[in-house]
Amino acid sequence: MSRKGKAKAKKGLGGVFCMLVYLFLFLPIVVIVVNSFNATTSKPYLSWKGFTFDWYIKIWENSSLLDAFGNTIIIAAVSTILATVIGTLGAVGMYKYKFRGKGIIDGLLYIPVVIPEIVLGISLLTIFTNVNIPRGMLTLILAHVSFSVPYVIFNVRARLSGYDNSIEEASLDLGANRITTFFEVTLPVLAPGIAGGALLAFTLSIDDVIISYFVNGQTKTYPLKVMESIKSGVAPDVNALSTLILVGTIVLVVLTQSGLFKKKR
Amino acid sequence: MDKKISRHEWKSNLLPALVMAGPVTLVLVFLVAVPLVYVGVMSFCSIDEYYNVVFKFSTENYVRLLNADYLKIYGQSLAMAFITTVLCILVGYPFSYLIARTKSKRKTLLYMLVIIPFWTNSLIRIYGWRTFLGTNGWLNGLLQFLHLTGEPVDFLFRQGTTVLGMVYCLIPFMILPLYTAIEKLDGSLLEASADLGARPFATFFQVILPLTSSGIFSGSIMVFIPCLGYFFVADILGGGNSDVIGNLIERQFQSGNNWPLGAALSIILIVMTLVLVKLYQKVGGDMDNLGV
Repeated sequence: MSRKGKAKAKKGLGGVFCMLVYLFLFLPIVVIVVNSFNATTSKPYLSWKGFTFDWYIKIWENSSLLDAFGNTIIIAAVSTILATVIGTLGAVGMYKYKFRGKGIIDGLLYIPVVIPEIVLGISLLTIFTNVNIPRGMLTLILAHVSFSVPYVIFNVRARLSGYDNSIEEASLDLGANRITTFFEVTLPVLAPGIAGGALLAFTLSIDDVIISYFVNGQTKTYPLKVMESIKSGVAPDVNALSTLILVGTIVLVVLTQSGLFKKKR
Repeated sequence: MDKKISRHEWKSNLLPALVMAGPVTLVLVFLVAVPLVYVGVMSFCSIDEYYNVVFKFSTENYVRLLNADYLKIYGQSLAMAFITTVLCILVGYPFSYLIARTKSKRKTLLYMLVIIPFWTNSLIRIYGWRTFLGTNGWLNGLLQFLHLTGEPVDFLFRQGTTVLGMVYCLIPFMILPLYTAIEKLDGSLLEASADLGARPFATFFQVILPLTSSGIFSGSIMVFIPCLGYFFVADILGGGNSDVIGNLIERQFQSGNNWPLGAALSIILIVMTLVLVKLYQKVGGDMDNLGV
């Protein structure tokens, strides 16, 4: 075989390998989407009984599923806002000021990132029980803030590493006070890091199963609703809602970053 | 220390420091540190006949954890985590290499396609695998259609199925750091290596691998540790035949209702995590590469 032919064969082989990996990643998604059109009505909803759009209509009649989805969105929104504010302030504060115990705080940041989620979940469960905070929306939000704050801080900190302190000094010298300087000078520079951190916090919150499973009480989130339904077979309306969420996210991302696919760099 | 803090100093340094670092300190102390310390305390407690936690020091939980049944599950859990990590490296490395060094215009799209599946809830995707692999699932349908098998094969409820689910859930955590490390690789180094007469094999082991090892190390940590705790994957795909340490903990906090025993199991998991993180730092891993 010629050298060129060999290189071509190698490239082809690489392409086939990548396709197989993508197939692996998308296979269960295909199963979910196909099953959302399955006309079956008997548990465990596995055998194919023909094509239907019914489940997309039945979503709106399933109030417990909609409630769970609503809870997920509320928890994700509130915990993302809290984690983003707390994390951004914290990252800047820890970058600018020296104080006692800073090293400890810095070390604690890595714990939610490396410790298995189940340990974080049960530790929150035990402490909430001990201080008698009733489990529900509040404990879910607190738990989600606790595991997303570090990710916000890491993202903001990455922006801070190239940060030029003199622009703040200039702002103060020109007569702006600290608060104005923070909002008008510091924040715009950090914005991409903050946005990245917030997006990550939101994603983590929406998908969280393990930690929520221990601190939810009677409040159901969408992943917990799925977990509950797995025992009896996931109904096609759950598949339908999952399909809608996926399509919605893709549309949202394509709209916000439409430049991403067109432009090269 | 009799120097009083001047009003100016308070306003110019202490107050902003307090406002900025205060909230994050509260979160980390009260929602991370205190709960974990409390779990440590609880692991030395016991329960009364009504399953209430009794605060009296005893090491009985840790003695129970040395039971052969538990030891078997720690071993099984570590082995599955190890196999999962190795598989993620073997599949993730060449894949990340190909998409990070492609000259295709669609590079961003190729990268996004790794992330998109993870916008669908992980539980339902694992359930998708169960639907695919089950006795009347798609795979069996295909095999019977091709006359490769007469009877449906039960692919589920084996350790292998759980490992497949773990690889599926965690492989992005291997691919993403590898992609970052490989993309940073300077192409001229590879040319230099080739120009100096190194064969591709030598270039890979002496130039590429050492320069991208940081991605392998951080990816391995981010895959191995969660594997020990992902009880729902073992539940849905393993059906009780492939419990991980997470299943043992979950059972004590839910049906078993022996929280101190569950707490002791959690301490075992924390110790394993700390050992692995120390190991990671020892080989030169940077903590800031984890989790971003």
